[in-house]
Amino acid sequence: MSMMADHQGNSLFARIMNSNMAYSFKRNPVAIVSMAIFLIITLAAVFAPLIAPTDPYDPSLYDILDSELPPAWTNQGDPKFLFGTDDQGRDLWSAILYGTRTSLIIGICAVFVQAFLGISIGLISGYVGGRIDNILMRFADIQLSFSTLMVAIIFLAVSQALFGSETFNKYALFMLVGVIGIAEWPQYARTVRATVLAEKKKEYVDSARVLGFSSIRIMVRHILPNSLSPIFVISTVQVANAIISEASLSFLGLGMPVSQPSLGSLISSGFDYIFSGSWWITTIPGVVLVVLVLVINLLGDWMRDVLNPKLYKG
Amino acid sequence: MPLLSVRDLVVKFAMRDETVTALKSISFDVARGDRLGIVGESGAGKSVTGFALLNLISRPGFIDSGEILFDGMNMADMSDAELREVRGNKMAMIFQDPMVTLNPVLTIGQQMVETLQAHRKLSRKEAEQIAVLKLREVYIPAPEERLAQYPHELSGGMRQRIIIAIALLLDPQLIIADEPTTALDVTIQADIMELLLELCTTKKVSLILITHDLGVVSQMTENTLVMYAGRIIEAGRTREIINDPQHPYTQGLINALPQQTLPGERLKQIPGNMPSLSAAPKGCAFNARCEFAQDRCRMEVPNFEQIGPVKVACHEVRRLHHETHKQEDLA
Amino acid sequence: MFAYLMKRLFQAIAVMFAISLISFAIQDNLGDPLRELVGQSVSEEVRQELRDELGLNDSFFKQYTRFAGKVLQGDLGTSYFFKEPALDVILKKLPATLELVLGATIIIIGVSVPLGVYTAIKPNSLFSKIVMGISIIGISIPVFLTAILMIFIFSVELRWLPSFGRGDVVHVFGPWSTNFATVDGWLHILLPSVALASIMLPLFIRLIRAEMMETLQSEYVRFAWAKGIRPKRIWFVHALKNTLLPVITVGGVQIGTMVAYTILTETVFQWPGMGFMFLEAVNRVDTPLIVAYLIVVGFIFVVTNTIVDLIYGLVNPTVNLSRMDA
Repeated sequence: MSMMADHQGNSLFARIMNSNMAYSFKRNPVAIVSMAIFLIITLAAVFAPLIAPTDPYDPSLYDILDSELPPAWTNQGDPKFLFGTDDQGRDLWSAILYGTRTSLIIGICAVFVQAFLGISIGLISGYVGGRIDNILMRFADIQLSFSTLMVAIIFLAVSQALFGSETFNKYALFMLVGVIGIAEWPQYARTVRATVLAEKKKEYVDSARVLGFSSIRIMVRHILPNSLSPIFVISTVQVANAIISEASLSFLGLGMPVSQPSLGSLISSGFDYIFSGSWWITTIPGVVLVVLVLVINLLGDWMRDVLNPKLYKG
Repeated sequence: MPLLSVRDLVVKFAMRDETVTALKSISFDVARGDRLGIVGESGAGKSVTGFALLNLISRPGFIDSGEILFDGMNMADMSDAELREVRGNKMAMIFQDPMVTLNPVLTIGQQMVETLQAHRKLSRKEAEQIAVLKLREVYIPAPEERLAQYPHELSGGMRQRIIIAIALLLDPQLIIADEPTTALDVTIQADIMELLLELCTTKKVSLILITHDLGVVSQMTENTLVMYAGRIIEAGRTREIINDPQHPYTQGLINALPQQTLPGERLKQIPGNMPSLSAAPKGCAFNARCEFAQDRCRMEVPNFEQIGPVKVACHEVRRLHHETHKQEDLA
Repeated sequence: MFAYLMKRLFQAIAVMFAISLISFAIQDNLGDPLRELVGQSVSEEVRQELRDELGLNDSFFKQYTRFAGKVLQGDLGTSYFFKEPALDVILKKLPATLELVLGATIIIIGVSVPLGVYTAIKPNSLFSKIVMGISIIGISIPVFLTAILMIFIFSVELRWLPSFGRGDVVHVFGPWSTNFATVDGWLHILLPSVALASIMLPLFIRLIRAEMMETLQSEYVRFAWAKGIRPKRIWFVHALKNTLLPVITVGGVQIGTMVAYTILTETVFQWPGMGFMFLEAVNRVDTPLIVAYLIVVGFIFVVTNTIVDLIYGLVNPTVNLSRMDA
């Protein structure tokens, strides 16, 4: 409990985590448990190289004789492999630690790209208005109607065919971050634009303009802070969505290669063995993925309740 | 027996961290055919009173205790079915903002017919005929054509007339009008009030007019209640209250009217703000703004009692009244 | 009305133009048509001649116009793998995908509207809390994982339902064979459509609930209570009608998402639809088929979005179609 409070006080978002938020956090067991699980998973992912018994990226460490061993707690389990092994004899526990790390990195980086693009475009669109606003928002509409996943699948499929799998696999991480990042900017852009339009009417923006502040300064210093709480709420949900998108793409073979697996590619590699009874290769990474996404979503829900921002609908 | 008799009504709101009391035990009567004005600042509890009479306080609010005797029946402990029977039928309400009171996706006709059919066994045709009749009574031009129109096709003034017509559909005994003109253009306000007054007098319908405008009250009503921070602080004949206000707050309200000020002079506003419901001071809620406040006013809530022709809740008024009486007795 | 229609139509054409440009660019860069035609054993001179003959040395503009002209005539090239016109291949796969989407849509509408309305009317009931709890878990499970889980439970462990393919289909007409005519067909489409619905269902329940709760707070609903209207009419006529307006807009956007998710669902269930076909085409670098899929899916998106916009305009009386500048 006190650890939670300390964490909040020291975190980067200490200023946003005002006392009201901390208060509601302490009274909400779901938020506390979610935050705890999220921190455990994140820490495990960050320190994966220290925790993992083996390096899952090094094929010379696998032994094909160890392949498809069930988890340690089952009858045929080997105590060496806590969560069993996959079809190549790779330790699943190590693979999951590294996979979670990859999934989190992609999710968070992709959301940074989204936020950067969306906030800039939203600010410009709302502040400049007129024709530019019209074109940008129409563009956002069209992009939204084409679902991220669709755009990402097509983009990745075409680049895979274009560059060949070897080159593709090498840059898969950057491509995933790029495509998930670019495909979802309209969410942010619309919300920020709506705030800008609301704030623009207020007197302080006029007075800032009369005082001769530059447009960029007015936007970044005066208008942006007012859209922070919706941005914050959206970002949480978007990280969850980005992790799911990454997993889906990897599952289709359009994301991280099995040699550097994310949670999605681990699940995918196990899918072929589910009919032969090797359930753990798919199920355990699946559970980790669902729990990770679930706690992020629960935290997002809680933040939405506390901050209660006006989110752009539709 | 009065048509409506409210006794010790208490309404509370269960907020996240605390329960605040919006109506702190109010009592009043409305006789048949009588017109009562309820005056006060926003947040004084006027609108809450209006909705409480229909037992239509929505969550997190609730009627905590007290009686609302309407035509002999207690609205406060009726079943939902019994309440439906009264609402819109014997007791109707006119809302503040006509722009948001009518359902945007239903036609005027649908919204009128459903009201009639909720209370009487009527075919759609019969109901529509009554609707047209009522629209004519509120001076809506071409009423037959209005039935097929949607609210957004009509002006605010027109919509409020339609809402009045809906309130009159089932010839209620009591109409509660909650600031029926605040959302309208100034030019239309007087028309709507005049219409309301005409309809109430010709049909002998009782009216409760909730407003912050003392001028309107003096033209429209026979009796007046003045509310402050969830309590009635002065009640009596409208004429008495306008001409000889007793409570310092009522005096302040009257002095603040533009008519009381010479051109070019500043309006005489009451200093300070009404305390919020959760932060009401000890004693009389008005004490912080009152120029006559004594120690006693900061300790005890004054009783609401008959002093001369009106009922007032003020320690000072009572003291002064007794002193003058003593002097009169001596003389 | 006319101006609004024209505006929609213009936007639809602009989007289709952009899609055709992208498709053309892909076709231009992906795969070498010469290799498909003559193999690699031909000399450079003959190659150049063939290039000239095929117009591959023409300007970008000229090549694009030719491409667009063919597309407009329904000629999307010939699949390398199937040796058939790409459009025919897709049209054969289309009914399977559409039936899957239809099944999922029926489940979504049939379940989300009653649950969304109920949880809005009785937000504090135990059942509502359970529904909301399950829905947030549902949002957190990727569609392919739901699909795998269902196969594991219902096909592998319980052996109740088939795990792949369409089963017995009955031919209707043209390329259309339906799953909805035989028991076996129904059994086969059940898991895939539930899996496909699972991703949208929680979103729709939450959306309908949120919109409904907002509507129930509105002044016109309060006025309806004050008129003594029955609760059922207030909920299902006064509130639901206003709730569904924003839901239609979001629903239109989600149709697009659903087409994308058919790729995942079809892959897991080996459903012989166009999503599954697309992934196979990608693995085989069957460029004409990839390009054709892109154009057909783009066309489906544009058409559904335009229809949804028009329906919204028709349902909402406050939208004056002749004046709306959307």
